[in-house]
Order: sequence, then C-alpha cells, then structure tokens
Amino acid sequence: MQAYLILANGTVLTGNSIGAVGTTIGEVVFATGMVGFQETLTDPSYYGQIITQTYPLIGNYGMNREDLESDRIWCRGYIVREACTTPSNFRSQLTLDAFLKEQNIIGIEGIDTRSLTRTLREHGVMNGAITTEFDPNTDRARLAALMEEILNYSVIGAVAAVSCTAPQTFEPTGGVAEGETPLHIALLDLGCKNNIVRCLRKRGCKVTVLPGGTTAAELAALHADGLMLSNGPGDPAENVDIIRNIAEMLDSGIPAFGICLGHQLTALAAGARTRKMKYGHRGANQPATDLIDGRTYITSQNHGYAVMGETLPAGVGRVTHVNANDKSCEGITYTKWNCFTVQFHPEANGGPKDTEYLFDRFLANVRAAKGVG
Amino acid sequence: MPKDPSIKKVLVIGSGPIIIGQAAEFDYSGTQACRALKSEGVETVLVNSNPATIMTDPDIADHVYIEPLTAEVVERIIEKERPDAILPNLGGQMGLNLSMELARSGYLDRSGVRLLACRPDTIDRAEDRQLFKDTMEKLHQPIIPSKVVEELDDAMEFAGQIGYPVIVRPAFTMGGTGGGICEDPEKLREIATNGLRLSPIHQILVEKCISGWKEIEYEVMRDSKGNVITVCNMENLDPVGIHTGDSIVVAPSQTLSDKEYQLLRTAALDIITELGIEGGCNCQFALKPDSFEYAVIEVNPRVSRSSALASKATGYPIAKVATKIALGYTLDEITNDVTGETCACFEPALDYVVVKYPKWPFDKFVYADKSLGTQMMATGEVMAIGNSFEHAMMKAVSSTELGLDTLTLPAFEELSTEQIIEHLSVQDSERAFCVYEALKRGVPHETIYHITKIDWWFLDKMQHLADLEMGLKTGPLTPEKYMEAKKFGFLDKTIRRLSGVEGLPAHPQAVFKMVDTCAAEFAAKTPYFYSTWDADNEAKQFIAEHSSTKKKKVLVFGSGPIRIGQGIEFDYCSVHAVWTLKKHGCEAILVNNNPETVSTDFDTGDRLYFDPLNPESVDQIIATEKPDACLVQFGGQTAIKLANHMDEIGLPILGTPADAIDEAEDRERFDELLERCGIPRPEGRTVYTLDEALQAAKEVGYPVLMRPSYVLGGQNMIVAYNSADVVEYMGVITAHVDMSHPVLMDKYIYGTECEVDAICDGTDYLVPGIMEQVERTGVHSGDSICVYPPYDFPQKVIDTLVDYTGRFARELKVVGLVNVQYAVQNGQVYVIEVNPRSSRTVPYISKVTGVPMVDLAVRCTLGEKLKDMGYGTGLWRGGQSPYTAVKVPVYSFLKLHGVDTMLGPEMKSTGEVLGIAPTFHEAMMKGLVAAGYQFKQPGPGSCVIITVKDSDKKEAAELAWKLHDYGYKIYGTAETARYLNSQMVPCSTVRQMSGARPNVIDLLESGLVDYIISTSPHGRDPHRDSVKFRRKATELSIPCITAMDTARVLVDALRGDHDISQMELVDVAQLHADAAAGR
Repeated sequence: MQAYLILANGTVLTGNSIGAVGTTIGEVVFATGMVGFQETLTDPSYYGQIITQTYPLIGNYGMNREDLESDRIWCRGYIVREACTTPSNFRSQLTLDAFLKEQNIIGIEGIDTRSLTRTLREHGVMNGAITTEFDPNTDRARLAALMEEILNYSVIGAVAAVSCTAPQTFEPTGGVAEGETPLHIALLDLGCKNNIVRCLRKRGCKVTVLPGGTTAAELAALHADGLMLSNGPGDPAENVDIIRNIAEMLDSGIPAFGICLGHQLTALAAGARTRKMKYGHRGANQPATDLIDGRTYITSQNHGYAVMGETLPAGVGRVTHVNANDKSCEGITYTKWNCFTVQFHPEANGGPKDTEYLFDRFLANVRAAKGVG
Repeated sequence: MPKDPSIKKVLVIGSGPIIIGQAAEFDYSGTQACRALKSEGVETVLVNSNPATIMTDPDIADHVYIEPLTAEVVERIIEKERPDAILPNLGGQMGLNLSMELARSGYLDRSGVRLLACRPDTIDRAEDRQLFKDTMEKLHQPIIPSKVVEELDDAMEFAGQIGYPVIVRPAFTMGGTGGGICEDPEKLREIATNGLRLSPIHQILVEKCISGWKEIEYEVMRDSKGNVITVCNMENLDPVGIHTGDSIVVAPSQTLSDKEYQLLRTAALDIITELGIEGGCNCQFALKPDSFEYAVIEVNPRVSRSSALASKATGYPIAKVATKIALGYTLDEITNDVTGETCACFEPALDYVVVKYPKWPFDKFVYADKSLGTQMMATGEVMAIGNSFEHAMMKAVSSTELGLDTLTLPAFEELSTEQIIEHLSVQDSERAFCVYEALKRGVPHETIYHITKIDWWFLDKMQHLADLEMGLKTGPLTPEKYMEAKKFGFLDKTIRRLSGVEGLPAHPQAVFKMVDTCAAEFAAKTPYFYSTWDADNEAKQFIAEHSSTKKKKVLVFGSGPIRIGQGIEFDYCSVHAVWTLKKHGCEAILVNNNPETVSTDFDTGDRLYFDPLNPESVDQIIATEKPDACLVQFGGQTAIKLANHMDEIGLPILGTPADAIDEAEDRERFDELLERCGIPRPEGRTVYTLDEALQAAKEVGYPVLMRPSYVLGGQNMIVAYNSADVVEYMGVITAHVDMSHPVLMDKYIYGTECEVDAICDGTDYLVPGIMEQVERTGVHSGDSICVYPPYDFPQKVIDTLVDYTGRFARELKVVGLVNVQYAVQNGQVYVIEVNPRSSRTVPYISKVTGVPMVDLAVRCTLGEKLKDMGYGTGLWRGGQSPYTAVKVPVYSFLKLHGVDTMLGPEMKSTGEVLGIAPTFHEAMMKGLVAAGYQFKQPGPGSCVIITVKDSDKKEAAELAWKLHDYGYKIYGTAETARYLNSQMVPCSTVRQMSGARPNVIDLLESGLVDYIISTSPHGRDPHRDSVKFRRKATELSIPCITAMDTARVLVDALRGDHDISQMELVDVAQLHADAAAGR
C-alpha cells in the first residue's frame, strides 16, 4: 500500500506503508544512529515527533522484548528507506513492520531519507504528516485540510503525557555487598529511558521512579539519598511547575544528576535560558568535550532544545561540557546545589557507553553526602 | 595539545614492493601522511624500495630514497638526513617491523631520533602472541583458547588438549603467511613446522578453531590525551576462518543490534586505551551468532588495509589524522576536512552500505588452489557504495572485472543442484557465486546456512537478487519490474540479456549522493559521490555551486582493482594525470572503484565518483557531469576498454584516439601499420580454433608465442615448443577468454627484450629512457629485471629503437604516452607489441630519469608542444644517465598454492623494487637486496642445487663453476650433474622428489641450500615433479631462480666485491630538481 509523507513546506513524498494505516501528524526530525532503531522507537523523548532514520536499512536484526527503552513507542510516525522484512539475529522476535503494527504506529518506507535529511538540515525541523488514506497528489482538498492541521501542530504537554502516574520502586540488580544497605535514588520521570534505571540498579541502587509532577515535599518524604532527573520530550521552558519543583528539591541539598531534559530543566531552575535548535542533535556520534579534564567523549544524544550556557547566572555554577562541533552547552556543574547535569545520554542505549562513568561520579557524590564509602 | 615544535624533520618508511597482504593501501596511507607532514611545515624524508608508488614522488616528500628497506640502509639515511623522528605506523608491517628493529637495537636512542606514535612495547603487546594474551586477560577481554609454542611437540600436545580443528598463526608474519586450519595431527605437523620456520622469532600460536562465528572489525583511533573514537565497524560476509582480506566485507555491520555493536565497540576502545596507541588501530573480533559470547582475534597497532577501506567507506582520512596525532595534535584539535566545520573527534555516520569484494589472481593462475583460509590471497579489492546491500553488491561484482554482471557464474549453471549443494562446502573464491546459484535453484536457506554459516541476512539479500534475476527471465518487462531491477543494481545491458527485450520501458537517470561522514547532518564540502536511483541529485547541485564554467572539464578513468599485470603503476599515472589537469586550468573528475589507492582519496581530483567502470555507469556520470573530454590512456586496460564506448557516445578523448588502440591491437591493422613504418616483426598468425593454431604453428615453426588478443600482463600467454603444448594451451585459453577475440601466434624470437616509453605531441616525441631486460625473450617484461640505461646495446641498436618508437608514435598519431616492446636478436630489432597508452614502467622511468612523463603527456593532450616544455625531444640526454637503475620484480608465490614459480611469458610478479646507483653492478646489487636476496657468505656445507633443461646446461656449467669457486657445494639432479661433471664442474647427484629417500626434499630441508637454479621445458601443471620441487623451495623460502639470465646476474653480484654499506644513497628528489633545471 502506498503512503505519503507531507511536509509543512508543501513537499509530498511517496513511499510504501509500513506499520499501521491512517494519518499521523508530528514534528519531523532525523536521527543518525546506524544501530539502535528499537531503542530510538521506544525512547519517550521522541514524543510528538516523526522520526527519520538516516541509515537506509532499518530492522535488519529485528525487534526483541529486552532492548526496549520504555514499554511503548512514543513517536508519532517513522520514516525509513528500507524496512527489513527478513531480520536476522538470535534475539529477533518480530519485524519492524509487525512491531509498528502492534504499537499502532504509522510508518513509511521507500523514502529518499538522505534527501529528506538535507531538507530538514537546511530548513530546520518542520512539521509533517504521513497518510495512507488519500493521495495528496490528486486529492488537493484533503491535502489542504491536512496542511492546515500540520501547520497548527505543536508538541505540548509532552512530559505529562509520557511520565508515569504513580511511584514505582526497583531493587538493585547488583553491586551491593552482603549486609550493606543499598543507596536509594529517587528518579524524577520526565520521560525516562529504562536504561537510566538499569544503570543505577546494576550499581547497587534501589530506585524509586517518581511522576514528573512530584513536589519537593513528596520527595523529602521519600528520604532518598540522591535525585536523578531523567531525559524527556518537548520544549523545556513549558514545564513551569516542574522547574519550580526542581529548584526546591535541589535547595534541600540532595545530591542530583540530570540528563537531557533533566539538564535543561535544572538550568532553567537556576535562571538560565534554553533555545530551540535548528535541527537538534540526534545520533550516537556527538562529541562532547569535558572542559575540566580536556577529554572529548563520543556520546549518544537526542535533543532539539539546548541550554544557552552564556545565560547561566553568575555564581550558580559553570558550564563543564560543550559540544566539540557547535560548541553548544553539554553539561553544567552547580555550585549553589550539589548537582551536575549533562545534555547527552551517559546511559546510551542506543549508542556509545563511553560516559557511563558519570553514574559512578554521581553515586560518589551521593555516598559523600551520606557520609559512607 | 598543539603540534610538538621540536619535530621539524620526519622520516617516513614505506612498505616496499606490492605483495599479497601489503599492497597499494600503504601508498595511500604513506602519501596522505607525507602530505599531512608537509602541510604542517615538517620536512619529510621518505624511504621506500618501491618505485611504482606515488609516495616516492619528489612532490610528495622533500627527500626521496628508493633504496632497499634494510636496517643498515635506513640507518645510513638517518645519518645523512638527520631527521628528528620516525613515523613508523603508516608503512604497513614492513615499515613497522623495520622501525622496531631500529628501536630495539638501540640505534634510535643512540642517534637521538624519536619514534612517533608508538613504542616498541606497545607493538609487542599487540603482536607478540603471549604478551597479547596477557594484555587481553588483564582487560578481561575474552580470547580464543590458545597457546604460544616454539616447538612442534608443544603444538601437538596443546592441540590434543583443546581438540581439533585448530588454527596455526605464526608470529610477526604479515597477511597470516604460513598459517592455516588443521583438521588433524598430520596437517598440524605440516603447517606448524612451516609456520615456525616462517616466523622471524620462531613462534606460532595454536588456537581453537571457532569457524562459523561472525567476524567483525573496528577501526579505532586514539590521541595523546586519551580521546578515543571508532571510525567504522565492518562485518565479514564470510564467517571467521577466511582471512578478512579474502572476505566480502560490508560496512557498517548489518546483523548486530546496538547491544552487540556497543559491546564490541567498547572492547575495541578498551584495547587501544590499554595498549596506549596514539594513532590508528584495527581490532578484529569473532562473535558467536547465537549469544553475546565473543573473542578478540587480532589487533593491528597501525594503519592497515582495513583502515584504508574504512577511510574510503566513511570519508574519514585515518592516515592523515594518525599523522597529525603523531605530531602531537589531539583529535579535538583536528578539523574534519569533509565538513570543514566539525572536528575529527567524532564517529562517522554512514547513510549507505559499503561492500568490499576481493580481487583474486585465479583468472591468471589457472592451476592455483582457489581455496581460501587464514592466509590472504587477494591481490587487490574493489569497493562499492549503494543505498541497499543489493545495489552495492551488484556494483562490486561489476567492478571486479570478472566478466560478470550478476552473481551468476556460468560454470555453476552447468552443475546439477546436488553438485551445487556439495560445492557449497568448498571454501573458495567462487563461493558467493555458488551460494547464489543455490539460491536461484531454491535450495533452502537452512541448507546453505548449515554448510556455509553465512548469516541469514546476507542469504536473504542475495535471494532477493536471485529472485530479481530469475524474475527478469520470465514474463513481460513492465516498467515497475524494470525500475525495481535498476534500483537494486541491474545494468540495462543485463536486463536486456535476461529479459530478451531490446527496447526498455523507461530511461531513468542515476543521481549521485555524497559521502560526507555525517549522514547529511552537516553541509559537507567533499566532492565524493556514488550513484543511486533516486530523484535528488546532489552532485548536480554541487557542480552548480562549485564548478567553474570557464574550466575545461575532463573525466579521468582509474584502473580498478590491483591485479597482477595492472598494479599500482596505473594509479600513479591516473593521479598524476589528475594533478596535471588541475595545474593547467582543467577540472579533473575521477572515476574509480579501488579503495586502496591515492586516486580514490576525495581530494585528489576536483570530484570523485566511486562507481564501477562499465559503460553504463560511466554514461550516468557523464549525464550529470557533462564533461568536455575524457582521458583513457592512464588507467590501464580498465580505462582503455572504455575508449570505444567514448567514441560511440561522442565524448572527445584527449590525446591518442581510440582508433590507434584498435590499430595496435588488431592483428591485421597492426601488420599494415608495421608495413607503413617499415619495421620488422616476428612472423605471426591469428587463429580462432585448435586446428588453425596447429596449422599456424607448423607454418611459422616452433617455438611459438601464443596469447589471446586484448591481453593484460601477459594473461594466459605461453611459449609453445611442440604441438602438445598448443593443444594444452588452446584448451586453457578457450576456457578463460571470450573467443570473440582471436588467439595470436608469433614466431618466438630468442633475443634480448627491451622496452621504450615515449611521450608524443603529435609531431615530436621524447624518449625519457630505454630499458633493457636481463632475461631473454620468453620471460614476461613485467617479470624481468629491467635496467636503465641499457648496459650492452651498441649505439646502432639504440638509434634504431628510438627511430622505430618515433615512427610508431607518428604513424599511430599518438598524443600522450606510448610504450613499445622490442626483441633484439643479433643486432636486428623486432617489435613485439605497441601500446599507445601509459605502461607499467612509467613511474619507474619517470623517477630515474627525472622526466615527469605523465605531466608532459597530459600537457601534450591539452595541446602543448614538447619543444616548449624544457625537456627537449628525441632521446633524453642522448641516453646518458648519471645513475643506473635496476628494477627487480617481486613475487607472492608463498601465498599462492600450486602456482609454478617458473617465469614465462605470463606475468607472475605482484610488485617491484628499484636499485639506483652510479654503476650497473651496484644498482643490481641494491635491487637484488631490496627484492629480498640476502647475499650470505657460503658457510661450511652451504650448497646450491642446479637442475636445468637441456638448452640451459651449457650456461649452467659456467655458473656452477663460478658458484663452486665462490665456495658453494653444487648438487644437481642426475642429468644436470652428469653434464656438469662432463664439463669438469664438481657436482654431486641428488635424487628427484619422486626418488628414494634421502632425496632432494631432505636436502632442501637440511637448511644448507642457499640457492636453487631450476629450469624446465614444461611448467604450470602442479603435478609435475619440477613444479613440486620449486613449490617446496618457495615454501622453505629458498631463493629459486628459474631463468638463466637471472642466475647470471645473481652469481655476478655474489662474486662482485660490492659493499652495499659503501654505496651512494641517491636522493631522487634532487635528481628531479636537476632534470627540471636542465642539469
């Protein structure tokens, strides 16, 4: 069955339908990772977006139930050049097409994804739609109606949509010595990837995942040893209440570590500003330079907004990481709080694990604050 | 950290002659290194024995020494040039080993020369088997159960413990030489004995065989700050067990999930970090297909063939970045040239699929054992880029120039399905074709997987191609079916053939996508493209933005994969042609498909198209580029084959017209040409059938030289001495060559062969030099020791050679280069062949005469006149030269099982070295040393074995006497010994291989044999005793000379009292400066 990709600038591309049928609207973005499509699909940070994969062959190794980053697909559509129908991997359980169908996600294949990426690079991210319901080349009336919707679309209320609604606690999976009390980490779920939880649990932490709207008082009642602020979708500045909550939480002196949206919200809480990037960083090959030790690390990233490092008020902290390519802010360590945050994803999945040591750094802070180990 | 200011002058060591396992990729990396050094203002000294390379050009390095790669020579160069440091990791295993030798001996410390980028202990930890094992254990990196042994008994005992099959890997040998899989104790005994001998430190690794696991490679880089990146990962289509150089390889990996990809990536980064390498490194892993179990197979702590491939596959210039790291820069300080904005500390993202396909020499060595294993056999490779695996694979197959346009190998079509299934278990160079045939027949994937362990994913993709091919053969050719086939790489020609339809339903135009390292995330500046069947043509946009309408646009065809007979020389010519075009106001657009070369570096030409060199692919490039003209004379036979097509489509060929090529290759037209020129040639005939061949041989008289027309490197060329030879070879030739071209038979002239390259502007001509070959006619010119200037031609012969060459050039209307081969018999000059194009000897003669031949030739094609170029006309310097230069061929026989080492009219060498010195004898000595001859003083019991055919016996007696006089004991087979004794030469008889023990085998294995002189009337067939004998000698690395002339110069060199440590070191860069200044 044919499917059509319609962009806000009027471009119509024809491909074949994969996954569910119907019409979907979203913000069209591109991701450059060559592996990790299933992690990408299940990453809540893609909420409200239609993902273009720049690597042409997607689904080669199939889907499995282990490597999910959340329990469902959050993006609104999926664009690939070629969806593999005959995956091969010892863990493969179903094809990309079957998974999209199961999750009721509309996809399209047979698109010149490189050309599309070039368009997005030149024009910046833009809204678009995938439809299997009509041919926009002939049905101009329906196209006009759909275009209206495309132009009016924006990603709002993203965190509330993806965050959990009730706290949930996970026991450690390793790293706890006999008779030792595990560290207790509160994880504010702003659209959290499973691997953040896994990274903490395997390091001997008990993790309580809290809904995004949790207040400082509710956190205090939990008596957690540390606070983790997760990744998540959408425009950070929109989350006015959460930003206020975070400021209050951090004022309590709890050691904290923020990733991605968590990094952005913390910066906003400290009085800095964020901006929307032209086409963001979405891939597994982004270089982030640690200004303290001078090393540059290859990181996994997925963000369309960035903290404007220069807007960080004096005396609250310093920018510790910058993107080696465009020099955008990639990390901040605060002096007013016991907190450091990074824009990239040290938990990876998909992508390189070169900065996973930051979890160890965080836990060292937690232990120091607790006066143990 | 910025550049280290104390490094002002650097010595770069090249990799020496092209041999299997160490080929053009090191010219590419070395050239890139030199250019990077130059751009940093560092004075560069280069040493390499290989004159065919671009890196040995005076415009690449400041001081160029084409000298033997021995520690002694390099020490003398260091003393003369006083560099601050050595760059050791860009010249392959050769350059690395030599640097380590200098470091270990303490020489570098004593002379205050720094070793950049690595330390000897790093190299040992990667290459010494035991230290490597210890290092991996320290890192908790799994390795395969293995044991380092230095004795055969220990190898046998360990194999008994871990169970067969086991793999033997000798330490410090390149390309896995001497290793192999052993199914049983008997095989282990054989391979281990051999491996121990071949290892310079007498050490082998015996390891558990893990065949069937996936083979995955990572190219990683690290700097002094500890920043680490992976440039690319690659997956071998063939599982572990076949050398990666002989495997079909895809990039990036296709069947690994993020978990597996990151698991191995992290392991690779941990390894390079632990080893402390500053530069590039290659890590090979085996990954169990049904779990996360993996093992580190090998780590190469240097730039390698795989890194050249990774560079071309991603656009990331590994060698250049490695050089900058060696100078002290860190990855984050180095700009990514491709984008011009981002930094080199990132990992390329590919948005296409790359397929590398090996080029094996088996079309040439028909008797060679084609089976593949842990020893590399490919002489070269092609790379193809597509946006599907299928498209890339189809491009790769076309690029290998096997005469195939799909994966269908006609020989397999003849077999029954049962035979095909049976053949699947044969692990040889044709296996992919066998798998494809099985897929076409509907053999279940399970069956194929079970036998080959080729991943299901690849089988599915190949099945898709098979289905498309079978689909084209049935039913009407609808536009949809046609476009589907196009999209996945079928050429129009193929679609017409398969569907039987002449008129195609659509006429789409290919578009070109950019290789930009970043999957279009950033706007790139790289003019590096590949074709797809999409709508968005990036090349068109690029041309509109960057191309100047004022400039003449010239398309330059490269020479495709490196093979015997068409090697790196033609890349040298193509690259120089491009540089000259650029220098003279043209835009040069390159088309080539060989990832190992300088020509496919994205900044060589104004634009690079990485695509097959077939007419349709080239047409598509022309449609986008709309060039004004093309150059075909510099890319070897690959480019020449396109000449007629260019004529047909009306694209002007710069220089010599296509018709001249036909005139030189078409027998009848060539005879007419000779008539017009008044030049004699050996009597000859053109034949199509065996009967005609036998009749022709009778008419011209035996011996006759037989070859197919349109040959390259003497492919399938032989001397037939009798009718049985004619019968045998007609059989071989007709099986391997398209018989629409006839077989040429010439009277075989027994004389001195010589070769002349000339540049012609249509009126005048310039002969930079005449080369005289040491071996008489009958040995292919590419396999002959070749001397410039001629050492025993009278002036009259030289005058005739120059005169004839001029006549050909004028009569063929050559504008550019022409190469003529002559035979001289009793002062009479005969012409053997004329090639109105660049030749194998162009780089050699350019370097030793100082005449930049390609540069002058290209300027001629652009309309300039020789008399205005400052190098004069006629014979350069009247044939006088301050130096004699001797080119000595180098072979890869050790890698090619079953190939007779006896030289003949068919070319067998893979590479060459040069000796340059003030006198003939010194130059010869240097050349022979560079080629690996060791010139040992005979010790007690040292001996030479002589076994020669009747016609050689007289000469053998003379040589034997000289050898005896020099201190060698002489052994001969019965007849040779009898003859030598009859000539009063002391010689003991040794029994043939088939004779009772002790026989010649025992003598060979005794370690006392320093040289062998072996000639026989028949060769090739590996079952013959003489062939087996020579094979055995090769396996034992005993120099085996198979032509009396070679033996003569060797014996003279042995007996001469020349001391290589006293010979002048010649700076070729100075020689060129002198020539350009008219000195």
